[in-house]
Amino acid sequence: MSQQENRSILYDWLRHDKKFPHVWCPGCGLGILLASTVRAFVESGLTKDDVVLVSGIGCSGRLPVYVDVGSVHTTHGRALTFATGIKLARPHLNVIAVMGDGDAMAIGGNHLIHAARRNLDLCAIIVNNSTYGMTGGQYSPTTPIGSKAATAFYGHIEPGFDTSSLCAAAGAAFVARTTVYHVNQMDKLLVQAMAKRGFSVVEVLSPCYTNFGRQNRMGSHLEMMKQFKASGVVVDRWEKMTESERAGRFPIGVLVDRDLPGYLDAYKGMCETAKRLRAEGKI
Amino acid sequence: MSKNRGRLLQGNEAIVLGALAAGCNFYAGYPITPSSEIMELMSRELPLRDDMFIQMEDEIASLGACIGASLAGRKSMTATSGPGFSLMQENLGYACMAEVPVVVVNVMRMGPSTGMATNVAQGDVQQARWGTHGDHPAIVLCPATVPECFELIVTAFNHSERFRTPVILLMDEMVAHTREKVMLPDPGDVEIIDRRRPTVPPDWYVPYKTDGSLIPNLADLGQGYRYHVTGMTHDERGFPTRRADEAGPFYTRLFAKISRQFGYIEQVKEFQVEDAEIVVITYGCTARSALAAVRLARENGIKLGLLQLLSIWPFPRRAVTHALTDRKAAIVAELNLGQLRREVLRVNGGRTTVLGLNKMDGTMITPEEILNRLREAK
Repeated sequence: MSQQENRSILYDWLRHDKKFPHVWCPGCGLGILLASTVRAFVESGLTKDDVVLVSGIGCSGRLPVYVDVGSVHTTHGRALTFATGIKLARPHLNVIAVMGDGDAMAIGGNHLIHAARRNLDLCAIIVNNSTYGMTGGQYSPTTPIGSKAATAFYGHIEPGFDTSSLCAAAGAAFVARTTVYHVNQMDKLLVQAMAKRGFSVVEVLSPCYTNFGRQNRMGSHLEMMKQFKASGVVVDRWEKMTESERAGRFPIGVLVDRDLPGYLDAYKGMCETAKRLRAEGKI
Repeated sequence: MSKNRGRLLQGNEAIVLGALAAGCNFYAGYPITPSSEIMELMSRELPLRDDMFIQMEDEIASLGACIGASLAGRKSMTATSGPGFSLMQENLGYACMAEVPVVVVNVMRMGPSTGMATNVAQGDVQQARWGTHGDHPAIVLCPATVPECFELIVTAFNHSERFRTPVILLMDEMVAHTREKVMLPDPGDVEIIDRRRPTVPPDWYVPYKTDGSLIPNLADLGQGYRYHVTGMTHDERGFPTRRADEAGPFYTRLFAKISRQFGYIEQVKEFQVEDAEIVVITYGCTARSALAAVRLARENGIKLGLLQLLSIWPFPRRAVTHALTDRKAAIVAELNLGQLRREVLRVNGGRTTVLGLNKMDGTMITPEEILNRLREAK
């Protein structure tokens, strides 16, 4: 895609009556994700009226307001519950939930695992920046052990979640991980996730220099991006790596892609059973 | 009304039939005593109609799903009891703020906390009004009989659709589990109010701009009207704002759209109030005991009357003022330690003596207890 094309797509899909600039800090990865999401909509052949963007609370919660689609900014951690209601009410809509790591994994952790288990056709984008950026850099469920945080002055003592593994274990049909450095891969993974029938998750690692990088003396947002470049390893290569080579790195790409019975198909089947039993006079 | 539509129903069952008659086509819930029968019956009825039922992972998720479905155009409801109702408070505030129609049934049980899960109480009167954070309007209805369950759940849906606000139906365990005969109306006889949809093309659409009704015409998601819904204070276009000159008028409108219509929402029943020297003011299952007490008192020549509140919030000030004016005393009977009495005292303004009759032991107030309190009042 040429720069010209990219610009014209963004111009078309972003809201013109919404005041820019956006709320995010310099060096934040959310703007990159915003553009990638829009490109994925176009690449998937979706129209603006096919899409509903749902978010929770936090920096990521502000993403939908900029996109010219139906957008719902919900309560903290509850994006997937609202998304569930919207999808069940209007199954033809492509419902995408954008959440942060605190949003999806801490306060919304219960909703996340149950959405994955239920396998309703939703796409969850989890922006993982290892911190609560909006509230000032407190530790989140994905903050690495030993890191500094506004609430871990002496160093973080809890191990973090592996977001993607958790979603895979909970039964999601599609799980992928990428970073905002790997933009082309992110574009492709988002397209795949949106097309997937069933619950799909894309974990997007994103730098929060303002409230995580500075506390942990990570240099600059540019240094954090370089870190993503160095430590993100595509799945094929990751599988061939030894344990020692893997240290400090993580796999990126499609981690899980499986065909599972979808919730809506099962529900339709249940309705047919109910009506048949009623017709036969059994209920 | 046609013949043979009389049915022996439990309060919880009447809620389901009433909700379906009102057009409910989405239910999300989580099991909790003593409201579970509502969800169980919904799980059987909705699939028969190709409508959606889902059991969510908790009460927070249940109300979240209901709000999402309502934004997409469904008439949605959930039912719960005390602890679950507490969990719903945050999303209840969201529905007020984003102006999303939704009906929440709270079958009150003994609390706080787990309390006595299968016993009757009326302890959520103030939670229903003030449970969510921040100042907000509230519409709360309260049935005392099984036929009233049917009627008021229809009213709850209609208010919620008309005013674009969550409506709470406050039941108690006794009403939920009592079986009574209900004459079911013919489907065509049920008055149904639907939310107003946009009347202008998408290009001209300003979602939170209102006319004289002060109620916005919000479009269903996915219908060509693209706009932003948020729990943040927002401007007419739905975008977050921190401007005082936009926030102030927004909150004023949120209240005024309902307070202007208090007269329309106020709903009470009076039993022999006109010549009463003493009036019992009550609601829910306690109104049943009070009605028996009125009959017993009248047999003994005591002029007792009953004012039963069907709408608790907004507080039916006019009817209560009438019940307090030129009386010897008023007794506010309720299964808590005086949550509604505070409101009665607020409007009393020295008109008469207001006494409380309160009980918190998991059992109902009996007619005899009301008569005993009456003797103290005289």
